Amino acid sequence: MEKMTIQAGAIEELFGRIRSGGRRILAPVDKSGAIVFDEISSYGQVASGYIQTTLSAKEAVLPRFEEILRFRSEGKGVVFEEESNKALPTVVFGLRPCDARSLSVVSAVFERDYPDPFVRSKIENTVLIGVSCAQSDEYCFCTSVGGGPGDTTGSDLLLTRIDDAVFLAEIITEKGESIVSMAQELFARAGDVDKNSHCAKVSRYFDLEELGKRLPAMFDSPVWDGQSLRCLGCGTCSFVCPSCTCFDIQDETDGPRGIRLRCWDSCGFAQFTLHTSGHNPREVQGKRWRQRIMHKFSYQPGGLGEAGCVGCGRCSRACPVDMNLLQHIQEILEAD
Amino acid sequence: MQDNMRRKAKELLSGGAVRVVIGYGEGSGGGVRALFVRKPEDADRLIYDERCVQNLAVYLTRREVKALGKPAIVARVPVMRTIRQLMIEKQAAEGDLAVIGVSSDGSLLDFPDLKSMAEYVSSIPFELSSDERAAVGKLEKMTAGERWDWWRGQFSRCIKCYACRQSCPLCYCERCTVECNQPQWISVPSHGLGNLEWHVMRAMHLAGRCVNCGDCSRACPVNIPLNLLTQKIIKDISEEFGDTEEYALNTFKPDDKEDFIR
Amino acid sequence: MGKNEYKPYLMRIAEITEETPDVNTFRLEFTNEEEAGGFSFNAGQFGEYSVFGEGESTFCIASSPTRKGYIECTFRRAGRVTKALAAREVGDTIGFRGPYGNVFPIGDWKGKSLLFVSGGIALPPLRCVIWNALDLREDFKDITIVYGARSVQDLVYKKELEEWRAKPDITLITTVDPGGETPEWKGEIGFVPTVLEKAAPASADTIALLCGPPIMIKLTLPVLSALGFSPGNIFTTLENRMKCGIGKCGRCNVGKYFVCKDGPVFTFAQVDELPAEY
Repeated sequence: MEKMTIQAGAIEELFGRIRSGGRRILAPVDKSGAIVFDEISSYGQVASGYIQTTLSAKEAVLPRFEEILRFRSEGKGVVFEEESNKALPTVVFGLRPCDARSLSVVSAVFERDYPDPFVRSKIENTVLIGVSCAQSDEYCFCTSVGGGPGDTTGSDLLLTRIDDAVFLAEIITEKGESIVSMAQELFARAGDVDKNSHCAKVSRYFDLEELGKRLPAMFDSPVWDGQSLRCLGCGTCSFVCPSCTCFDIQDETDGPRGIRLRCWDSCGFAQFTLHTSGHNPREVQGKRWRQRIMHKFSYQPGGLGEAGCVGCGRCSRACPVDMNLLQHIQEILEAD
Repeated sequence: MQDNMRRKAKELLSGGAVRVVIGYGEGSGGGVRALFVRKPEDADRLIYDERCVQNLAVYLTRREVKALGKPAIVARVPVMRTIRQLMIEKQAAEGDLAVIGVSSDGSLLDFPDLKSMAEYVSSIPFELSSDERAAVGKLEKMTAGERWDWWRGQFSRCIKCYACRQSCPLCYCERCTVECNQPQWISVPSHGLGNLEWHVMRAMHLAGRCVNCGDCSRACPVNIPLNLLTQKIIKDISEEFGDTEEYALNTFKPDDKEDFIR
Repeated sequence: MGKNEYKPYLMRIAEITEETPDVNTFRLEFTNEEEAGGFSFNAGQFGEYSVFGEGESTFCIASSPTRKGYIECTFRRAGRVTKALAAREVGDTIGFRGPYGNVFPIGDWKGKSLLFVSGGIALPPLRCVIWNALDLREDFKDITIVYGARSVQDLVYKKELEEWRAKPDITLITTVDPGGETPEWKGEIGFVPTVLEKAAPASADTIALLCGPPIMIKLTLPVLSALGFSPGNIFTTLENRMKCGIGKCGRCNVGKYFVCKDGPVFTFAQVDELPAEY
C-alpha cells in the first residue's frame, strides 16, 4: 500500500478535481445538530468536532428507499418501464474505518445467491475516502469486533491527520489510486509516520469469538426479557446502523402506473415477523432484542463469516432509551 | 428527596403494594435511563435529578411491562398529566398503578389514589412556556410557502424510525394507522410526502391529548423539532376552545357553529 | 447491470378454480414464450406472486414439474394481496418470481412408499409432490394420502380427490372434523391424527410428508412416531413471513437459516434443531 501525504489546505482543490471529474461528494454535514452524509461542493461544508456521524454512509449504497420495479397496466396486461434507480458516480468522504468495514457486510448480504444489481452498481460506482479516528468515546468498540480507529479495511483511500496541516493518505485500492491521480501534484510521498500515535485508543472490551460461542446456548435465557424492558421497539438502532440491511417492499401507484420500492425495515418492529394469520413468532420485545444480538453476533458470523457489527456505537448513542449495546454484550458475557 | 424516593419505593415493593417501580437509574454518557426495580434492595439504584426527563408513562401501556404486575411510577408533572389522560381514555383506572409524584420544584408527592393525583395535576395550568410560544410564533409569522419549505427541510431527515411514536405514551394503539395496509393510508418508505403525511397525521391524532412532555423531539435521532407541531395545536385549542377536558378532535356537539360537518 | 431478481415473470391467468368460498387455484401461463421455455422448477419450491400495485404474496408452486407449460398456485383470501388476487379474472396478468427455495428430494425416494398427511389449505404444498409421484408412479411402491378439513366445504381439490379415489394404485383417506360432514359424505369423520392412527400405514421403507396447521402437526407427529417413522423420514414445508424470497430482507430468518433459501422443505429432524421462532 502506498503512503502519501496531502496538506489539509489542499483538500478543497482535491474536491474540485473530483467534482469536475464527474463524481458527486457525500460527506458529513451538520443538520440541526445531526451529523448526516449529504452532497457537498466545498470542504468547508464538512462537519468537524464530532466523534461519529448520526446516520451512517450506508445510504450511499442502500438508500432509505429505492425503486426496484416500475410498471404500468395496459388493458389486461402489464408493461415494465425502466426503474429510476441509477448509480451516480460518488465519492463518500469522511467515513470512519468502522463504517468502511461495514460495507463488506452489506455487500455480502446482497451479493450472495441472487446478486442485487442495484447495490452492486452503487458499490462499483462509489469510492470511499475514509478518515481515521483521532478520538473515540465510551460507545465505540471497534477493536472488540476486529476493527480499529486507523484500520484500512474497506476504504479505498484512508486519511489520517498527522498534524494540524497534514494528512497521511494511504492508497489501499485501485479506486483510491484513481482519486490520487486526479490531483497527483497535491500528494507527496510520505516519510516514516507512526500512524497509530495519531489514532484514538479504543480498548478491547470483549472477545468476539467467545461471544459467538456463548450465544447459541443462551437462546432461552431470561437475559433477553430483562435487557429489553426499556426498549420501545422503534427502528432507530437498525436505521442508524451501517451494517443492518433488512428491508420492506412496498407498491405505490398513481392511476395505471406504479413503482415497487424497497425501503429500510427493522427486526425491532412488532410486525416484522407478523403472519397474515395473526401468528407472530416474535411477539414480545425480548424475542426481538434477542434476534438483534443473535443475528449480528451469532447467525451472521456463521452465515457470512463476519460479525454483523462494526462497533461504531451509533445505535447506543441514538437510542432514545439508552439500550447501550456494548453494556448489554458485557452483561451477556457475565451471565451464567 | 432521592432518599425519600428510594424509601418510598422500598416500602411499596416490600409491602407488596406494587410488583415493580418504574423510575430512573444511571445510564451511559453521564445520562439516566429508565429503571425497573422489582426487589426492594435494588431501590437504591433509583436516582432523581434534573437529568430525569423521559416520560416513563410510555411503559404503562407496553405489554411486557404490564406483565410484570402492578407498577409504581416516578412521575413528574408531564408524566402525571399523561396518567390523567390515560385514565380519561380508559387505559388506566383507579388501582392500576401507584404514583410517586414529583412536583415542579422537585418535592416528593404522595397521593392516596389516582383521583387525587389527577386533581393535583389539573390544578397546574397547562400552557406553553414563553420560549415555546416564541418558537411557535416564529413559524406562525412565516408565509405558508416558507413554512412548507421549512418543514419539508426538517422532514427530509426523517428516516421513519418511529422513535417519536414509540416514545410517546399516548401513542399506544396496538395497530397504528401506518400499519394498516388495507388501504395503506400512510406510505411506509421515508420519502418526503410519506414523511409529511406521517407527522401531520400523528400530530392530529394527538390533538387535545398531547401533554407537551417533549419526548418525541428528544427521541428523534435526527433532531426534528416534532413537538412544535403539537405545541401549535395546543395553542390553537386553547385559543379556540379554552381549557377543556374533552378530546378536541373527537368531540362533536349537534349545535357546533361549523355546519360543513352536517 | 445484472439481472433484477425483483422483476417478475408476467403470467396470464389461464384458469381459476374456486376450491372453497375463500380459496382459489390459479393456473398460470407465461405471457412470454421464451421465458416459458427456459423455466423449470422442482417440487417443494415456491414463488412470490404479484398483484402490481398491491404487493406480493408467497405460495408454493402447487403443480408438478412433470407437467409443462403452466404452473398452479392455491391460496386463501386473507390479506391485502390475496384479496386482490381473488378479485382477478381469467386473462388478467399477475407477476411471478421464482422458483425459490429448496426441493423435496424425490430422487432419493425411488423404490420407497410415500405417505402424505395433510389438512385444509396445507394440501397445496404437497400436491406438487403427489402429482410428481403419480406421473412417475412406477418409481414408488405404495402411495397413501390422508387428508382432512374442518368441513366438506373446506376440502380443496375436490375434483382431484375424486380422481385419486378412483385410482386403484393409491390409498386415499379423506376426513372431516366431527360436525363438518354433510348427509352425502362418505369419507371418515374425525381429526386427521386420529384417522391416521386408525389407518396405521406401514412405516417400513416409507417417506412421510406432513403439512398442516401447527396444532395438527403437533398431534400427528406422535402418531407417526408410534407407527415407526423417524424424524429424518418425515418431511414438511414451513411457512414464515416472507417478502423478498431470496434471503435478503431478513423477515424469514430463523436461527441461522432463512426459510426462503434454506427451506421451505425440512425434515422434522431439522425442524427440531430450529429455534421455535417460526
